[in-house]
Amino acid sequence: MLQKLNYLKETPSQTAGPYVHIGLAPGAAGFDIYERELGWDIAGPNAEGERIRVEGLVIDGTGSPIKDVLLEAWQANSKGNYAHPEGGGAVEEGFRGWGRVITDFDTGEWGFDTVKPGKTPGRNGRIQAPHINLWVVARGINLGLNTRIYFDDEAEANAEDPVMNIIEWERRRATLLAKRSEKDGKTVYRFDIQLQGQDETVFFDV
Amino acid sequence: MPDQGEFYQRDRDWHPPAYVKEYKTSVARSPQYSLISLQNSVGEITGPVFGHNDIDPMDRDLIHNYATAGESAIGERIILHGRVLDENARPVPNTLVEIWQANAGGRYRHKKDTYLAPIDPNFGGCGRTLTDENGYYYFRTVKPGAYPWRNYVNSWRPAHIHVSVFGSGFVQRLISQIYFEGDPLIPLCPIVKSIPNQEAIDSLVAVLDMNSTIPLDTIAYKFDIVLRGRRSTLFENRLEGN
Repeated sequence: MLQKLNYLKETPSQTAGPYVHIGLAPGAAGFDIYERELGWDIAGPNAEGERIRVEGLVIDGTGSPIKDVLLEAWQANSKGNYAHPEGGGAVEEGFRGWGRVITDFDTGEWGFDTVKPGKTPGRNGRIQAPHINLWVVARGINLGLNTRIYFDDEAEANAEDPVMNIIEWERRRATLLAKRSEKDGKTVYRFDIQLQGQDETVFFDV
Repeated sequence: MPDQGEFYQRDRDWHPPAYVKEYKTSVARSPQYSLISLQNSVGEITGPVFGHNDIDPMDRDLIHNYATAGESAIGERIILHGRVLDENARPVPNTLVEIWQANAGGRYRHKKDTYLAPIDPNFGGCGRTLTDENGYYYFRTVKPGAYPWRNYVNSWRPAHIHVSVFGSGFVQRLISQIYFEGDPLIPLCPIVKSIPNQEAIDSLVAVLDMNSTIPLDTIAYKFDIVLRGRRSTLFENRLEGN
């Protein structure tokens, strides 16, 4: 008999369901239970760099905004360091780089305030353009979807980005670009996520 | 020990596919193009770090964490406990585990749930905890009830507790559902059956654990959670440049 490989199998995923808010954002579900909900402040008060807002919709295959999505963001600070022992270097006190938002029950709009991340190291000495890692779960999504938010005013860095360049179809790369605008004196990036169709957002197997 | 490298590739045949015809909501919410496969870089091997300042020890006791003082939630009192491990069978310490569930009647405390079973005034339905240095976690709660949902007109969810786990890297992030040993609704459920492998389904069933009960007080179920494991970099295959 051959020797055995004794690896365990990962716990299989199940949909987050329609009531994900109860567990991960109970205030939104309609009740106040925790003294501190997690993930509402990504950058903290001391973070350097440009303060930005990122907002958008998650749109299903019928063209309708989905109103029961939960999104989590994971990003580096403006110097390109993640708040983690293997994150590349120190971050400002209070900078966590992680956030959690839900879509509005009526409109499907989501949004979070943060700082624009810096460039981060990629594999084989290459540099990754500024980006925010995004994880999307909802009723009807059987395994969380991973994508990345890049910034449309970083054309030069995006053109060099090793992950962008893995995407064979240039027009699909555009689905990862958040569009910059000014709103009430604030910098806002628009990032709509399409789950299906010709403009389906690029999702990653990471 | 050698340096830690990237995470093992996820076995996507073990997880439910995005598109499952019998789970109707997935049809319009399932991406159709292939996922783009990436090797890990720093943003994948890192993830948020949580500490004891983020949560309260009471958060793990769902029987009391929303109850009026001196009262408690209605239902079969259970301990849900186990370990968070990685695919190398190593414990995942200090990681955040969050759960949410319906009450004993199958009703969620959520403004969008209109099922006719009543709200329990003493039950919120969510809890959270950090694993200890051995990856161990435990909650006290009530066993949730089964409830109907609109997939087919006679679809019923088996009793389940939703669970969310982080691990140390963002690519370990996982949400799943915990079912209970012996529930006859498990094999009928389209969401359960979205998982294509019976062995994988069985791994989502918490087992009765008579050695962990509190006699004359609370029954117990054991449920271990497995997150993706990491490679050891025996030979050079560095994540970052030379």
